[in-house]
Amino acid sequence: MVCKHCLSKPVIYFPINSTQLCKSCFFRYLESKVKKTISKYKLIEPKDHIVVAISGGKDSLTTLSFINKIANKQRTIKITAVLIDEGISNYRSKTIVDAKKFCKKNKITLKVYSFKKEFGFTLDQMIIKLKMKPCTICGVLRRYLLNTKSQLLNANKLATGHNLEDESQSVIMNQFRNNVEISARMGPITGVIINKKFIRRIKPLYLCTEKEIGLFAFLNGFISGYHECPYAEQSYRQDVKDMLNNFDEKYPGTKYSIIQSFLEILPLLKNKYKSNIRLKYCISCGEPTSKEECQACQLIKKLK
Amino acid sequence: MARVYIDKEDRIITIAAGTVRELLQKLKIPSNTVIVTRNDEIIIETEKLNQKDNLKIIYVVSGG
Repeated sequence: MVCKHCLSKPVIYFPINSTQLCKSCFFRYLESKVKKTISKYKLIEPKDHIVVAISGGKDSLTTLSFINKIANKQRTIKITAVLIDEGISNYRSKTIVDAKKFCKKNKITLKVYSFKKEFGFTLDQMIIKLKMKPCTICGVLRRYLLNTKSQLLNANKLATGHNLEDESQSVIMNQFRNNVEISARMGPITGVIINKKFIRRIKPLYLCTEKEIGLFAFLNGFISGYHECPYAEQSYRQDVKDMLNNFDEKYPGTKYSIIQSFLEILPLLKNKYKSNIRLKYCISCGEPTSKEECQACQLIKKLK
Repeated sequence: MARVYIDKEDRIITIAAGTVRELLQKLKIPSNTVIVTRNDEIIIETEKLNQKDNLKIIYVVSGG
């Protein structure tokens, strides 16, 4: 078995078309795919200040690597890496090491914000205090911090490491829970309302599989080992993820088909639900919200 | 029998399998979630395995 382009030793096999690529052809293939996504959906433009949300994991460091490469060529683009330390013992401290090492090596500014310093408690402490699902608390407070800190840093875009798997899981989860309106807010670039308090989110790895990203990170030595969030198994998303991985194994290309068909109907969904978006400002913190008080402030009040 | 280290579980097993694909099927691991190495070199699903291979199964999917 040899690379389909250059006859070198392959590092990845694509079951969808029974082909394989060597390391250098795989790097070219992945970079080309990311650049096409960025170009097609206009994710990055000159003079952007992009905050890249990183965790120290493979997805975020791969995102940062590609955006940094673009910023090094287009000098008007500024990037800042932001890491949220939720305070998950024996987990986040390990990935922070990889994140710091990556940023130092590539001379990228890294800002670290913690739940403990911002809200007074670590996620581990919040779970005991609030008796809520870890992913619910973490998701709300992480989004809140990323949005407010991006404003503080005068950024106009927020890049995340969301990939084909994350997005296909979200599409299916929203179908299963009859939450199609939430799907209307998804896509490679989000934030339909031009609002200074609403930092647009971009997902350069939108069409990349986790295996492609994991392999890229592994071959580049971005990550030091396998680290899994100890709360991951408890989530509904994890069940959907396992189901889709098993299904995609049996019927290769399933996740890609979910996303392609979703992108076909996304303009229709956005059009259907655009009148439903009535943006308000939180009565406590002034951040954008769909309710009187944002979810983050509601959680913070419960902690006091 | 190949000797296989599984990083997610931090354990070593010995198992007989003809190819990487067969190995992963026996272990019920979807191939889209891992990479497999032999002597620190990546090998793909169609690669034939030898009796005395030292293999590593490295998970590339993260949780949460």
